[in-house]
Amino acid sequence: MKENNSDLQYHIADSVDVCVIGAGHAGCEAALACARLGFSTVMFTVSVESIALMPCNPNIGGTSKGHLVRELDALGGEMGRNIDKTFLQSKMLNVSKGPAVHSLRAQADKMEYSKAMRKTLENQENLTIKQGEVCRILTKEDADGKKTVCGVVIGTGMVYECRAAIICSGTYLNARCLCGESITYTGPNGLMAATHLTAELQKDGIELRRFKTGTPARMDKRTVDFSKMEEQVGDTPIVPFSFSTNPDDIQKEQVSCYLTYTNERTHEIIRANLDRSPIYAGIIEGTGPRYCPSIEDKVVKFADKERHQVFIEPEGLYTNEVYIGGMSSSLPEDVQLAMYRTVPGLENCKIVRNAYAIEYDCLAPGQLKPSLEIKQVENLFSAGQFNGSSGYEEAAAQGLIAGINAANKLKGKEPLILQRSDAYIGVLIDDLVTKDNREPYRMMTSRAEYRLILRQDNADLRLRKFGYEAGLVSEEVYQQTLEKQRMIDEEVERLKTTFVGGSKAVTEILAKRESAPLKTAASIADLMCRQELDYEFLKELDPERPELPKDVVEQVCINIKYEGYIARQLQQVKSFKKNENHLIPEDLDYDDVPSLRLEARQKLKQFKPISIGQASRISGVSPADISVLLIFLSSRK
Amino acid sequence: MKETIVSIATALSSSGIGIIRISGEEAVEIADRIFRKPNGKKLSEVSSHTVHYGHIVDEDGTVVDEVIVILMKAPHSFTKEDVVEIDCHGGIFLLKQVLNLCVKAGARLAEPGEFTKRAFLNGRIDLSEAEAVMDLISSSNEAARRNSIGQLSGRLHRKIISLREKLIYEIAFIESAIDDPEHYDTGDFINRLTDVVDSCEKELKKLLLSFENGKYLVSGINCTIVGKPNVGKSSFMNLLLGEDRAIVTAVAGTTRDTLEETISLDGITLHLVDTAGIHETEDEVEKIGVKRAKESIERAELVFFVLDSSDKISAEDLELTPLLSSKKVIVLLNKSDLNLGGTTEEDVEKAFSGRIENMRILSFSAKTSQGLTELTDVIKDLFYHGELNADEELYLTSIRHKTLVENADMALLHVKESLQMNMPEDFYAIDLMQCYSSLGEIIGEEVDDDLVDEIFSKFCMGK
Repeated sequence: MKENNSDLQYHIADSVDVCVIGAGHAGCEAALACARLGFSTVMFTVSVESIALMPCNPNIGGTSKGHLVRELDALGGEMGRNIDKTFLQSKMLNVSKGPAVHSLRAQADKMEYSKAMRKTLENQENLTIKQGEVCRILTKEDADGKKTVCGVVIGTGMVYECRAAIICSGTYLNARCLCGESITYTGPNGLMAATHLTAELQKDGIELRRFKTGTPARMDKRTVDFSKMEEQVGDTPIVPFSFSTNPDDIQKEQVSCYLTYTNERTHEIIRANLDRSPIYAGIIEGTGPRYCPSIEDKVVKFADKERHQVFIEPEGLYTNEVYIGGMSSSLPEDVQLAMYRTVPGLENCKIVRNAYAIEYDCLAPGQLKPSLEIKQVENLFSAGQFNGSSGYEEAAAQGLIAGINAANKLKGKEPLILQRSDAYIGVLIDDLVTKDNREPYRMMTSRAEYRLILRQDNADLRLRKFGYEAGLVSEEVYQQTLEKQRMIDEEVERLKTTFVGGSKAVTEILAKRESAPLKTAASIADLMCRQELDYEFLKELDPERPELPKDVVEQVCINIKYEGYIARQLQQVKSFKKNENHLIPEDLDYDDVPSLRLEARQKLKQFKPISIGQASRISGVSPADISVLLIFLSSRK
Repeated sequence: MKETIVSIATALSSSGIGIIRISGEEAVEIADRIFRKPNGKKLSEVSSHTVHYGHIVDEDGTVVDEVIVILMKAPHSFTKEDVVEIDCHGGIFLLKQVLNLCVKAGARLAEPGEFTKRAFLNGRIDLSEAEAVMDLISSSNEAARRNSIGQLSGRLHRKIISLREKLIYEIAFIESAIDDPEHYDTGDFINRLTDVVDSCEKELKKLLLSFENGKYLVSGINCTIVGKPNVGKSSFMNLLLGEDRAIVTAVAGTTRDTLEETISLDGITLHLVDTAGIHETEDEVEKIGVKRAKESIERAELVFFVLDSSDKISAEDLELTPLLSSKKVIVLLNKSDLNLGGTTEEDVEKAFSGRIENMRILSFSAKTSQGLTELTDVIKDLFYHGELNADEELYLTSIRHKTLVENADMALLHVKESLQMNMPEDFYAIDLMQCYSSLGEIIGEEVDDDLVDEIFSKFCMGK
């Protein structure tokens, strides 16, 4: 595929502020953010039809990913609004658990999702879409040898001059797809791969590596027997993703998913054909994700499990294709067909698109600043799978932050850096920037150490301010959020200072819920902490109660009921922030710091942490090294 | 705000004198919680760079040691922070006890080199010394790490690892269920977790108890010898010492003051205090001796109560018993070689039972060494549950380790509270993690990616 482009003549096509390379979930958010912040922006894609494509699972959100979407929405991103327009089914996960881990997940109509996003992009002022493969990023060097982005070149030789660029190349760079012995050099879904950019980036001193991921087969719905499966219906009422969507507008009839299981026969077929799997045959070079294992991985690693879940999910209303969740594979298609057909309900299934594994180039660790700017080249940012993450939501979140920070850079403003205690997005980016990840990075609730305060229900209260400061959240919306916070604080305070005594009337009311009578006066807030009582029920004892919006009441209840836990978590955040706010000068030469251990010195030089806190999270840096660093820094003052 | 730190500033030796140094914003406040001046004044009320005599008291107000305290307010101190130094005189064991009280009062145990580090950070040491300080920290940290690993016997190390393995499995299960609710259901999990938490808690409690034992193992047992004048207390002490240190005469009241000595009895360290015979006296010198003897009983962990077997148990002997009611006491029937049959073991049992809770009775002859072996066995039984050798390795000995086990134990308590209140699992998962990381600090392991690795290796996640 790699033609010799040396004869190609360059022609200047346009001169803009920002070039966004890629039109997936990261590219869409990045381009929209830049354009909305007033910068002329071009978004490049190898195929306009693939804008906001969902080449793998047909859903948005899920545990911890739902949090990302809500945070993105609070900051002024598009994903939440777009899925609210195009979902087929919606479910709040983990409702039996604490509010911090409630997570929204929606089944998307893939085509509609893509179309709706394309419409938004096409109608966005300052934004143009251009089909073409970006083959080269142009840089200029200043007297000190510092490189800065000045343009991009596409396959036809057209040059787009620009002041900043954002790489959102997803899985397209030098992509190859594997299905048993069959190997094709294409991007996802058979789309054209991008084969020139890797070498050009390497010329600028950017180091790349190879990751792998995979997707299961799509079946013809007419060949699936749903009567042998368990139906999985959506929630009523439906909770929207976006804080700006009115819930009443999106209540609708939902499409079901179905659950079935693999069995011993499935596993036998897999085991018998492992030698034909490119992973086990050693053909695959890239590192795959552990959280999203292929069915052959599950069978090998969890040999004692008698069965694995298989979710049959609709791809959209436009198609009969259904997604076979839980059974991604890179086995040859004949083996795939045989194994799928052992699953109850899939006995007669016909495969529309086979499962495959995909390998691609992405950024090696240690080259990103927390602003998502690449260290080696000024004004060159990156987001999404190129940064070593996985997932639509992770990509979108980075796209938005990269977009905001490219704009901030052009404005001469400080970058927006969310901390681990601010948002899941903060955790995501900090992990990508700081850790030596060996596999595509997926967001998980267990990665967020302060998750009790990073809830999906309070994403607006946490993050609207940042979106407002960045310029993506309007004055009106911001004022509404401040007003909401004020109402919450006022009501919490009122409930803590409204007392009831142990009168007979009170005892009788409490007795309705078998709640113990009061011996001394107690506040309504105290009573709310009793397991058997709640805000609604206590209304009878609280005649002064104002009429408040539902979302305000929700926050009031959470704040009161979990106050002790939240207070403990806030205490942890306080001590965490001490180190986060202790910044390390960018020009620090670690070779000047005496007494650092060799490994720590190498890691610190590689990652160049911005703060003592970040330095302490780099693997290979010990507490003693941090002490040495602290002392050195204060001796420089 | 920087945490207030504390440590023993002098090298640990058996000299009996040691200095504890507290530094930080809350140093004075913390010292005030445990230090009592005779005139009732607080350190917060006195001026800087002054010296104060007084007592260190524990939570119950019991006097632990008689001390001299030096107050140095910021910035005129070694660290340029508020510093309180406590000069203790009671030997290693009391020194550690005072340190423990400082920690309970809110100070954190200092890391190796931390005082020097603060002195530097606060500009007390000049730049030329910076490198030396950094070298010190990296080397002392390394030494501390090695040391702490050395301190941990194989069995304790394995015990902590097995507890952590149990915990991380449960945490990973919870996290898997949160991250992948459609694959993992926490339905009947609560019962299993309750069992695991209970059994871990039991183990931690055992470890904490072993700290007491380990403490005796390392620091020795504070003993005092009491009894009426001239029953042979000093000759008993001399027998243990193997030399003629205390003056032994047949005239009542020859031991005017207390005598202190440390001996090793079959591997057990005993800090012995011989007291003046306790009885009401008009003699001024003896009055002080008697007062000291009472104090020494208060802080003793083991009391040798010497009786003359040729004599009957007297009212004076019985008057002593209220002081001994909650102490570990070994009643020694002396001069059994004379075999005059004045008081028998049964007589003692009869006279003291109900008055002294934890009492053993031994017949003993200072002259013929009869009873020495039995004495050793009784002490082992009283302090090491009779299994000193068998379980030697499973002792917590450092205060740092003890603090961490206490933190871990506290975290489990939070978990139990949450379980009782039916809180959802994501709430107590945080406390389980706290417990896990506290235990990890003991063996020098950091948490970092343990959890994610455990989730992926034990639970089959994902689409």
